Amino acid sequence: MVTKLNLPTSITDEKLKDLYKEMWLIRYFDEKVDQFFAKGLIHGTTHLCVGQEASAAGSIAVLESRDKIVSTHRGHGHCISKEGDVNKMMAELFGRETGYCKGKGGSMHIADVEKGNLGANGIVGGGIPLAVGAALTSKMRNEDYVVLCFFGDGASNEGSFHESVNLAAIWDLPVVFICENNQYGMSGPVKDMTRVEHIADRAKAYGIPGEIVDGCDMIDIMNSVDNAVRRAREGGGPTLIEMKTYRWKGHSKSDAKKYRTREEENEWRAKDGIKRFKEALITSGVLTEEEAKALQEEANREIEEAVRFAEASPEPSIDTLEEDVYA
Amino acid sequence: MTTTIAEKTREITYLEAVREAMSQEMRQNSDVFILGEDIGVYGGAFGVTRGMIEEFGPERVRNTPISEAAISGAAVGAALTGMRPILELQFSDFITIAMDQMVNQAAKTRYMFGGKGKVPMVLRTPAGSGTGAAAQHSQSLEAWMAHIPGLKVVQPSTAYDVKGLLKAAMDDDNPVVFYEHKLLYRTSGHVPEEQYSIPLGKADVKREGTDVTIVATAIMVHKALEAAAELEKEGISVEVIDPRTIVPLDEETIIESVKKTGRLIVVHEAVKRGGIGGEIASMIAESEAFDYLDAPIKRLGGLAVPIPYNPTLEKAAIPQVPDIIAAVRETVKNK
Repeated sequence: MVTKLNLPTSITDEKLKDLYKEMWLIRYFDEKVDQFFAKGLIHGTTHLCVGQEASAAGSIAVLESRDKIVSTHRGHGHCISKEGDVNKMMAELFGRETGYCKGKGGSMHIADVEKGNLGANGIVGGGIPLAVGAALTSKMRNEDYVVLCFFGDGASNEGSFHESVNLAAIWDLPVVFICENNQYGMSGPVKDMTRVEHIADRAKAYGIPGEIVDGCDMIDIMNSVDNAVRRAREGGGPTLIEMKTYRWKGHSKSDAKKYRTREEENEWRAKDGIKRFKEALITSGVLTEEEAKALQEEANREIEEAVRFAEASPEPSIDTLEEDVYA
Repeated sequence: MTTTIAEKTREITYLEAVREAMSQEMRQNSDVFILGEDIGVYGGAFGVTRGMIEEFGPERVRNTPISEAAISGAAVGAALTGMRPILELQFSDFITIAMDQMVNQAAKTRYMFGGKGKVPMVLRTPAGSGTGAAAQHSQSLEAWMAHIPGLKVVQPSTAYDVKGLLKAAMDDDNPVVFYEHKLLYRTSGHVPEEQYSIPLGKADVKREGTDVTIVATAIMVHKALEAAAELEKEGISVEVIDPRTIVPLDEETIIESVKKTGRLIVVHEAVKRGGIGGEIASMIAESEAFDYLDAPIKRLGGLAVPIPYNPTLEKAAIPQVPDIIAAVRETVKNK
């Protein structure tokens, strides 16, 4: 039996198929990066969002192209969803000249200003005030764009979070604060680090709406963010949305995950956002099993191609070392 | 003097020159706006923005909550998306609370992003001691900012300079930290009414001399000039150079002066330890001017103490005119 999905009007069947593939792009990208780190083929560090594909893909799905995002240290998914180019992303992680940042930024600083991705950020909570500033520009110049501001449960204990939400609230700025609560700030469980049960409860303190959504449920995410974006665009001001989710991998590349149990990990793996989205799309007749398989394989091929692109790309010239310190 | 100003130019205060520079720019560029604490009807902690909200309205003179992290970050985010914000911090000491946004975000964004995006913002802030505001409202922390690649650092000493340098800072596509000395706000000078720009990175020879070069910043420029006038009576000819901007630093003008005089004294109000004076002295020691030195380089700076409240102690914590005179006499004794 085909049951129609309850979705924002902007989300067509074609878009749903794209989103399904996009989720696999995110997962394959980060799994590939994980393998390269394990083999020591990429240096530095990285923060993987395997398990959190839905909060990135679902939130950004309802945006217009002119809208902007501010991302986090766990930002590969956000970048891919905001029309990111996986070749440039992979090349950046390989430190190559063809990367988004010409090899100077790495995983934590990937940005695509032209596409409205104002950047990942290496400072927890560091991007939140930037989102407020970008939303201020939208308001002052009547540019009619909305800013999605991603951050984690850890960042919600930073002063910059409180100051920024308050500022956006008093100025009715077109920004949607999206807390991807993946249950841990590095090793710190959210229940030990905050007294409130839900981070969304903090919205009350700033006089704005707060909402909790299942961060592994694409349909819920799209509806919730769509409402908040519409409200922001119409001048109604900011919303705080908390997405309950989980990172399947450790905090960064060197994490033995001693602070959590295998049972807990398995519970969350069972809530896999990709699997649930696929089931919803098949049940509603948007997608067949065969089409789903084809999209997944297509995503895999694109990531393999991104690796080839990165490996074949040149290292940055030493002459570029002092370039771009000043405009 | 490299800056000759016609006698007929009207005189206004340093504070009025700051306000005039901002207002003139805001009248012609709708992307420029100012944000900060109590800058609305109150007119700012020192009265710099008085009357501006009446002219430009609350959208462009944005009175903010007491949230230095958020307002500095909002300025960075607005700049990154096309605006040209001026952020007023009530006291330069409060940069500690805006530090992440200035140091980790504003300064590095363009480089981290591989040359994409720019952050054209000016952080204006009153610095220095002498008002009895004690340890948390009197510091001179410019060397911290000078240490960070990606920031520019300006320290105007006169009403004429402050107007032209602020114009250049507002026109610059990079984050500029603009230090206004509190005790200079009420000083006056000849300032043209029309807009003009003084390039960042161009020092000004405030007084020409032949026996010793004093490089002084901000209020120390005036103390050095006072010392120079006194020393002239003893037949000692002092050249006073005001770098005006410490990033970028006009090394050439300082080197040329030291080659001429053979002696260098650096004077700043900031704590001597780790201050910009060490940078200038080292720059000379590494340059061709080293061979011209006839005496050891001297640095005068603040003592390594928090600025005290008591007025006598407060004055004693930073270089004063007699200290400069003594340093010059010592430096030229084997002339």
